Amino acid sequence: MPPIEETLVVLLDASVIMRPHLHVALQSLMSATGVVVQLMFNKADEVGLVFFGVADTKNDLNKELGGYENVVVSRPIAIVDEDLSKCLEDVPEGTVASDFLDAIVVGIDMIVKKLAQGKKGNIRLSLITTTENSIRDPDTGTVEEQVDNIAKQMSEQCIKLEATIVRIGQQTAFLDSKTQQKNEALLRRFESQAQAEVSIMESSMSLLGAMKPRNVTPTTLYRGDLELTPSMTVKVWVYKKTAQEKFPTLKKFSDNAPASDVHATREVKMDTDYKSVDNPDISVPPEQRTKAYRYGRNYVPISTELMETLKFKTEKGLKLIGFVPVSAMRRHYYMKEANMFVPEPGHTKSILAVSALARAMDASHQVALVRCVWRQGQNNVVLGVLTPYVATQLNRADGFYFNVIPFADDIREYPFTSFNTLPEALQPSEVQQKAADNLVHMLDLAPAENREMLQPDGTMNPILQRYYNFLHARALNSEADVPPIDEALHSIVEPDPELLSENSFAIQQFCTQFPLTPNFQKEKGRKRFWRERVKDEEAPLEIKDEAAMDVGPISFSSLVSKQVEEVGITNPVQDFEVLLARRDSSEWVPKALQGMKKIIDDLLDSAYSGNTYEKVLSCLCALRSGCVVQQEPLEFNIFLRKLATKCQGKRLNDFWERVVREMITLISRDEAPDSDVGSEEAAAFLTSQREALQEEPQDEIDEMELLLGEAI
Amino acid sequence: MDITGRDPLFDDDEEDPELQNQSEFVASKEFLVYLIDAGAEMLLPFDTKKGSFVQVSYLQSVLEAVEENLKQRIIGRDDKVGICFFNTIQKKNIQEANGVYVWSELKDLSADLIRSFSTLHENFQKEVGSQIHRPAGARENPLYDALWVVQAMLRSGTSKNVAKNVMLFTNNDDPFGDVDASVRQDMRRTTIQRAKDAQDLGIGIDLIPLSRPGEDFNLAIFYSSILKMEVDDEDGAQYLLAAANKFEDLKLKLRKKLYKKRTIRKMKLTMVGGTEIGIRTYALVRPSVPASHVWVDSRNNLPLKTERSFICYDTGALMAEPLKRFEEFQGKKVVMALDELTKIKNVTNVQLQLKGFKPMKCLKDYHNLRPPTFIYPDEEAVQGSYAAFIALHRAMLQQNKFAVAFYGSRASSQLVALVPQEEELADGLQLEPPGMHLIYLPYADDIRPTEKYHICSEASVPRASKEQVEAAAAFINKMKLDSWSVFDISDPAMQRHYAILQAIALEQEEESLLEATDTTLPDSKGIMRATSAVQAFKDAVYGPQHDQEEADAAAERAKGSIASQKRKAAAEVACKEAQNYDWGELADTGKLKDLTVPELKLYLTTHKLPLTGKKELIINRILTHLGK
Repeated sequence: MPPIEETLVVLLDASVIMRPHLHVALQSLMSATGVVVQLMFNKADEVGLVFFGVADTKNDLNKELGGYENVVVSRPIAIVDEDLSKCLEDVPEGTVASDFLDAIVVGIDMIVKKLAQGKKGNIRLSLITTTENSIRDPDTGTVEEQVDNIAKQMSEQCIKLEATIVRIGQQTAFLDSKTQQKNEALLRRFESQAQAEVSIMESSMSLLGAMKPRNVTPTTLYRGDLELTPSMTVKVWVYKKTAQEKFPTLKKFSDNAPASDVHATREVKMDTDYKSVDNPDISVPPEQRTKAYRYGRNYVPISTELMETLKFKTEKGLKLIGFVPVSAMRRHYYMKEANMFVPEPGHTKSILAVSALARAMDASHQVALVRCVWRQGQNNVVLGVLTPYVATQLNRADGFYFNVIPFADDIREYPFTSFNTLPEALQPSEVQQKAADNLVHMLDLAPAENREMLQPDGTMNPILQRYYNFLHARALNSEADVPPIDEALHSIVEPDPELLSENSFAIQQFCTQFPLTPNFQKEKGRKRFWRERVKDEEAPLEIKDEAAMDVGPISFSSLVSKQVEEVGITNPVQDFEVLLARRDSSEWVPKALQGMKKIIDDLLDSAYSGNTYEKVLSCLCALRSGCVVQQEPLEFNIFLRKLATKCQGKRLNDFWERVVREMITLISRDEAPDSDVGSEEAAAFLTSQREALQEEPQDEIDEMELLLGEAI
Repeated sequence: MDITGRDPLFDDDEEDPELQNQSEFVASKEFLVYLIDAGAEMLLPFDTKKGSFVQVSYLQSVLEAVEENLKQRIIGRDDKVGICFFNTIQKKNIQEANGVYVWSELKDLSADLIRSFSTLHENFQKEVGSQIHRPAGARENPLYDALWVVQAMLRSGTSKNVAKNVMLFTNNDDPFGDVDASVRQDMRRTTIQRAKDAQDLGIGIDLIPLSRPGEDFNLAIFYSSILKMEVDDEDGAQYLLAAANKFEDLKLKLRKKLYKKRTIRKMKLTMVGGTEIGIRTYALVRPSVPASHVWVDSRNNLPLKTERSFICYDTGALMAEPLKRFEEFQGKKVVMALDELTKIKNVTNVQLQLKGFKPMKCLKDYHNLRPPTFIYPDEEAVQGSYAAFIALHRAMLQQNKFAVAFYGSRASSQLVALVPQEEELADGLQLEPPGMHLIYLPYADDIRPTEKYHICSEASVPRASKEQVEAAAAFINKMKLDSWSVFDISDPAMQRHYAILQAIALEQEEESLLEATDTTLPDSKGIMRATSAVQAFKDAVYGPQHDQEEADAAAERAKGSIASQKRKAAAEVACKEAQNYDWGELADTGKLKDLTVPELKLYLTTHKLPLTGKKELIINRILTHLGK
């Protein structure tokens, strides 16, 4: 079934009062209803964007009828695309006043015009406002009548309203201004007459979570009878109530096909081969394989067909087992995501029966045990518990929440030492207990009715949010880095600084009362060690990957066979080239150059009647070409000049003559633009040095004398 | 799904490897020798409390119990067992001691072992033989020898992970009663010494004393000294009661994989001020699933090795497991490296960050994703953990609050509720351990607005009246389950699976599979009790004419709607008319195309073929159907 198309018009308060929170609201729109998720999941969804409380006016109603000022239709209702994010970045200038009723009417007008074009599906208006500006009185009648009229119209057109009141930074509901209260009452008025919902957001974090990112098409898990007894059944539909939005599974990427191939799927197939133990070369064909189960030391082969005929069989249906007190149904028995039982829509008898049961259960603190087989022939039964849902809104039916509970087989009975039997020394003292009592009392996340921090229903998944942000960034720029976690979501992960500062005394008291000293002597990490080892094993693989793409003059396959960390004395040229080829860190190139220079110096210093000259020359050649490739001419030129002074006319003069003969010149600007010498100058260096040789023998002697003198 | 392709549901169950070799309170494996008295006393008829008329001897019921225990054990664990009898006629043991028969040395459990053990019932006298008459003046001491033999049997396993136990079955509380008084004292002393030696070697001796009809097993005579307990009457009675339960438990039919207590993860609970409490996590509730199958070679029944390989879809080349992943986004292939994906998930370095406390009522019934994890303080990691944990635990229980924390792990980072659990005991047994349950909370993204799916467009939906709610309450009252416990109901599918496995492995008759009862079905007696209450409730919400109305509606449905009735009639007409044509003839002569489409459709309707398509297609369909 294709997902139901959705039409959404966002009405965003951009007035001056709203400004400080606007970026969070925009972020919420961006990342939640925003572009990325919409593109991922609901490709056919259409979104319109309206700013109100802005200096400009731009809407059809204003053109046609006049009025409706300070409302700008930033984007008409259209399929979600990258343009939407541009509109979100481009917010018009705000004014002091904002009238959300005007905005709602503009939104309805947009939708009605769109509906005339035959648009179907789920239609929503999403209003985000501070409610701090008063609503203009209408020309005729009261504001309330106006609201009723609008609500009626919305109800006729099946338009849903989701109003989000932003009240960030306000401590309690008592501080609400008269205007706020009045406006909230107006919005609540919608709730009773149209499909509307008002929520109040008191922190950036909850505002960010205000938008449901993904509208899942409701599908029932079960439709049919709930058998109370064989003589009485109730018709129910079962839906999922919670369903974990999983981190996406990405496909394995293959870069084997050339990068230029635009049609390449880049996918990786996984093959499983079954090999016999005694002959690992032969793979066993499917018809020769049988499923087997372990039974002690034995493997008991049972074919799928046999298992099918023998296994436990079930008849679809839900049966009430009985009622148990709430106190006997422990919260930790809940095993899975929750479901919800609703009476069959429109079936008045069932709606009444469910309502009667739910209310009676609620009053008598009982919960119902049920045996469920959702589908015919399902290969197990599910044991669950129904807890009453008593609706507070008049337009919702009563129902039950359903949770799976364990069988006797699923419970593991481990013994734990009773706290009471622990020695006195391990028990908290009276003072300590007081500190703990105080901490639990003070660190209250739900200090008042309707004020609850970190409510699951309003808390966004920071990891998914981060993933979608990254996906979006990567799609635009393949070099993009993983973004940090959104600032508004920090308060999910870290302790709330406000709560910290408010209760610093209680916290301090707890910390000082309980001296907690970690024991470090226990060695921490076989696991870590193992992980590091894995990492080391991964590293060369990464090089291999690149090697396949990068076909350079150096044979990579020979190089990656061992991991080179520095230029060694035995195979300096090869080591040097491997290091230059390493891409996993930028530190390798300088390391290689320094290493090579040192090797050359060392080899020359240890030279005995020219035995290392051959090797040094090859090193010098390698260093030169390396510096050309890496565009580091100065590194080489400076080194060669130093070498010249070191060798010419001294013990190593014969080596220098070899250099001259091999024409190992300075690197010129022709080879590397950064060089400090031109080609002529580069070539001249060798000859000029020869002349210099004749000019400066004196130095040498002085040096020798100095040394000799010291030695004596 | 996790990128590794594994279901992340139980990723937190992944154990710290460093913990795997740690035996905490219980070892992970058991080496067990069943040491069974086969003496004359054991041949007396056993008074089964259930009052069955078939007389079964003590020995036989012990054999049955052991067999059941073996069947249970083979599914549960990787134990090794040995079986040894004493006071026997035959002898079979490496020490060549008389009156001791090692029927099976310590070895892995296998189907063969159970099969041949189950045939032992009939052949016992022939194979092993009970020593009915003790030779007068014999200086043998079978109990002493048996303990020695058993000790030797258990010598093999050296690993410290192994718990070594002897389960001693006897109904003779005075093993040296008929021995000559001159040697009795000596025998008694050496036997106690022998038992003590075994215990010193780490072998636990578990006595299952069976009381004889009319007299209780008197521990004080001898066995209390083996069990190292001072027995007064009360203790003794309690021990006997516990032992009787233990004996019944052996025969328990519940097949369940048993898990030895093990820590999942060691971690720190970081308090708001930054101090850390050491905790360990345990899995107390996890859905049990049948052990996964293995593939075997059907020719020799040996398990097969599986080899996974990765093949590039484009080039067909074999490749190493790729380190990059991609997602299709706006027609582009967005590539991410594995470590980038890991980085995204890694939002914190703190394992469990306390955020604050909330009243229990804030924890809604639908705030649940998966089975909870149990946490218990770990003094070993952080000194003072017990005190801090207990103090918090008490404060939370007293103020009826739970803690909210952020749980950071590799697989999933999420908000969790820490719900304090008070210790609960019944008859000295721990029903609920003290600690906290870590409950995984959903995010807004995970919660669906199910309550709003069917919002009534009219002003309000029907609500039950006061009378209707009262009728429901009366019904609930009748359907209450007395003293329900989560242990009452076992998973019928799992029990069935194990029964199949056992039946096939032991080559039992398949009829034995039918025995198992499904305990998930509602109790028919309870329903009988509630009959009148149900009727009252039904009348209150459905009205007294409900059944009649339903029957009428059903009858109406059976007739079918007007449209379908018409359709049926039309089909009948078509059938009749179609008989006027000789379709085979028309097809052979190629004259089908001369008919009109409505005429052709008569054939299609008669044979319930699709009516769509152009004339040509219809003709083809008819030809195909005629087989031409």
